[in-house]
This record gives sequence, C-alpha cells and structure tokens, in this order.
Amino acid sequence: MKSVYLDHQASTPLLPEAFEAMRPYFTEAFGSPSSLHRFGLRVRDGVKTAREQIATLINAESPDDIIFTSGGTESANLAIKGFADANERKGNHIVLAATEHPSVINSIEYLEKHHGFTSTKVPVNAIGQIDPEAIRAAITDKTILVSVHLVNHDIGTIEPIKEISKITQEKGISLFVDAVAAAGWHPIDVQSLGCQLLSLSPHRFYGPKGVGVLYRSRKARVTSLIHGGVQENGRRAGTENVPAIIGAGVAAEVALRDMGDRIAHVSRLQKRLYDGMMSRIKFIKLNGPVPGPDRICNSLNWSTEFIEGEGQLLLFDLHGIAVASGSSCVSKSLKVSHVLSAIGLDHALAQGNIIMSLGKDNTEEEIDYVVETFTKIVDRLRTMSPMWQEFQEQKIDSVISPTGIGQSFTERAASVSGKPAH
Amino acid sequence: MSDQKEYTLYNDTVMDHFMNPRNMGDLPEADGVGEVGAAACGDIMKISLKIRDGKIEDARFKTFGCGSAIASSSMATELIKGRTIDEIKNFSNQEVVDALGGLPPVKIHCSVLAEEALKAAIEDYEKKNAAVAK
Repeated sequence: MKSVYLDHQASTPLLPEAFEAMRPYFTEAFGSPSSLHRFGLRVRDGVKTAREQIATLINAESPDDIIFTSGGTESANLAIKGFADANERKGNHIVLAATEHPSVINSIEYLEKHHGFTSTKVPVNAIGQIDPEAIRAAITDKTILVSVHLVNHDIGTIEPIKEISKITQEKGISLFVDAVAAAGWHPIDVQSLGCQLLSLSPHRFYGPKGVGVLYRSRKARVTSLIHGGVQENGRRAGTENVPAIIGAGVAAEVALRDMGDRIAHVSRLQKRLYDGMMSRIKFIKLNGPVPGPDRICNSLNWSTEFIEGEGQLLLFDLHGIAVASGSSCVSKSLKVSHVLSAIGLDHALAQGNIIMSLGKDNTEEEIDYVVETFTKIVDRLRTMSPMWQEFQEQKIDSVISPTGIGQSFTERAASVSGKPAH
Repeated sequence: MSDQKEYTLYNDTVMDHFMNPRNMGDLPEADGVGEVGAAACGDIMKISLKIRDGKIEDARFKTFGCGSAIASSSMATELIKGRTIDEIKNFSNQEVVDALGGLPPVKIHCSVLAEEALKAAIEDYEKKNAAVAK
C-alpha cells in the first residue's frame, strides 16, 4: 500500500542530520549542563550552540532571549501565565484572537478562573484574519498582553502581526505571538514583527518532540511556572532535555538554510492539490485564504458537503493517506473546531472538515494519488449519506452552491434532531 | 511504517462494518422510515424497514456520520432482521455496542442514534398503519 503523510501540522519526521547530532548526547555526552566538570561543560557548549541556532532562525537580539521548554504548549503557558504572574500589578486584562490555539485559550481561561483576570476575544473575518483596529478597540487601561498567532494552526491564515505590534508598542503593551504553525515554513524575524514573546515547536519542522521554544525579549518579564533550580536563567527549572535541544538547534539551522526551497516546493504542491481538489470534487470549499500571500504554504483545510470528516479520514487512512479533521466526530468534546465556528462556517460544513498539511518530502505523484483517492472517498460516503440523497431529491439545499430550493442541510439536521447541533 | 501490526482507530468488527456496511441504502416501498439526528455532534441516521406479519423482513440504512455511526447503523440493521415489532420496541443500543465488540466511550452515542432511528421507523410504521386501519 502507498503511504502518503499529509499531517505535517501535527508532526514531522526527525531530520537525519538532527538525529545524528542528537545521538552522542544520549550516551557519551550525558552530563548535566549545570555540572562544572568537563562532562557538564561539553554538554553546556552543545546547548549554547542550539540556543544560537534557534536565535538565528527568528533573528532574536540575543541567544539569551531563547528559553527551552518541553514543547509549544508549555511555551504558550509560560508566555501567558508567566507573563501575567510577573506583570499582575500593571493590569489583569488580556486581548486574544478568537482563533488562538487551545494552549493559549485555555491558559487565559485558567487566569480568569483562578487569578481574577478578564479577557477579550477579538473575532476574525470569514477567512480567519484579524483586524488590527479591532485589537486596538479591545485594549483597555487594564490590558497587559495581546496574544495573536502568526499562522492559524487550523486554517492556515497569516495574521497581520506587524500592524498589530504597531498598536501594542504605541500602547506600551506586550505582544505574544504563537508561531508554532509558522516556524520553519515562513520567515520569522522577531525584531521586525515587533513582538516581545514568541513560541515555536521544533517537531513541526523536522526537529524532535519534547522540546519547545519561547523567545522572550528583555523588555518582557516572565516568572517561571516550574520551580526548582536556575536552569534557563531561572525561567524554567529542571535538567534540560539536552538531546532534544541539540536536535532542535540542527533542525532550526537546516530550516533556515533550506527555507526558500522548502517554501517553493510545498507551495507548488499546495497549488497542485488545491487545483486538483477544486476541479475534481463537487460541493467542496476551502477554509481560510486561497493559496497565496495570506496563507501558509503547507496546509489546506477543506469542507466537503453532505459527508462527515472522520469517515473521510478513516477511508484516507485505509488508502495509506494521513490527514487530520476538525469534525465534531473527531474531537473528544463532540464539538467542531472552534476555529471553524469563529469563521462562521455552517455546522454541517464544519463536520465535513479535513486538513491536509504538506512537507518537504511529498511529491506531485502523491498529490495526484490523494486527489484521485478523494474522488472515490467522496462518492462512497455520499452514497451512504441521507443528506446527499435528500439533496439529489431537491429536499435540501447546498450551502456551498445554493440553488434556492429550501432549507440547508444544517437547518434540516436541526429539525430532524429537534434542536440545532450546539 | 515497517511495523507489522495494523493500527486502526476502531476494533476489527467496527472497521469491517465501516468498510463493508451491511444493508446500506433504501427500501423503495418501506413500511416505516425513521430519520433522527444527534444534537450533540450533528450526525444523521435514517433507517427504512420492510415489515410483514409483525416482523422485520428487511432493513436499510443511510448515515451521515463517523465510522462508528456507520458501523452502528450497519450492525443494528443486521441484528433486527426477523424480529417482532415488540422486540424492536425493547431494543437497546447496548446490543449494538456488544455486537460490535465495544465502542470507545465517546462513541456510545452513535449506537444510541441507531436505536432511536429504529424506534422512529417503528413509530412511523404504526402511524401509517393506524391511518390505514381508520
């Protein structure tokens, strides 16, 4: 069976160069970077190099601005809760985009529940873009932090961070940018972005899992969430995950070196996939911006009408193709992706959602196989779908291409189940 | 992956009913049709029944939903063939879950949907019959 991996926004394979660089740090170079003997000093030097490699990837002012954590989620927690803790005296209000990652949203909810904070979620438009002026309007005299992602983890929208940072700088408020979905696939310069905090996750660009990065400008104070020794300049206690940090550094260096080629390659595949899907599948909609300057180069988020996403994912998997989905059936909470709700997507379309994210090793042949396979999957699931049948019988209408023949699938579903799905 | 083990989201029985659904489709001359939706997730299930001498002669389903919703409707339509209307009225989703060899906790509601669709089809049949009897 063919094997096509189209879930690079979930994780990527470790780069062989990174693996090789990590290897000695498991066995011979096993010392703790805090130790003062040669075992420790050797490892300390390796961590220092990794810190420089990460700092270069995002053009940080200094390698000292780089904090290694356990992953993107911990970085977001540290950026928000650590910043809130250190700056509580100045205010207790946070502004965020409605489409932030759960690690951001839930960190802020925690502060609201347990530390008397309040927050304002700024809505996005139909393709997930935030209006900088809406950020300005949401800022109060109690606001200490604005949190907006660089690229949306779900629908690939690139946000106008520079415009937003003009406002936060003017107001003297710090800006945290979750760049997990961007790093390695999109140039990042923290100095020109104008943010004080930025998180990234190396396993999204061929680095290892178990390591994350928080960039913190000297202008922004954060308090450690994990208490113990003075590792990471007192901002993250605990012996460092050295092999992962070493691998992260190499992955960052290669990502920067190859970024132009990687972007060109996946952009070409993204265009091919987009054209193939749009021309071959009826009643399909792209969520987020069309491929181009407003969208990250490596992902496409689809809604296919009259069929559900988990079924699509399962059938893809049976054909050796790995994709993701934001359907309610895939989530443990039985709720559709909050990002799809935030862009105002029809509920049935949100349920028919799948996400494809590309990587450097995907090929044109793979893309053609995916499109070909998808036409079969769609036919198969539509044959099983009572809603497709009712659409054929003109009892319900399409949301994507309405013909004016009556209620939509979502309206019909609500009348069948007695109430609208959440 | 070089791994020999097959990794699937559901157990073999559920996967089999998802990949090779039994009784998928419609009965053009159905005696009772039940269509229900799950407000929790938005899934839709439709079951059509052919009933003769108080017994289920044939059943078909159509489902908009996940793998376990499709498998649940496939299994439910298999289980009920030959059963009496009274038996169907006492039909429980647990029977579908057991016959499928278990469902993940978050997917139990898919089997409830199958039970509801089945009972709605019987209700529809009885309503139609009452109208004919008048």
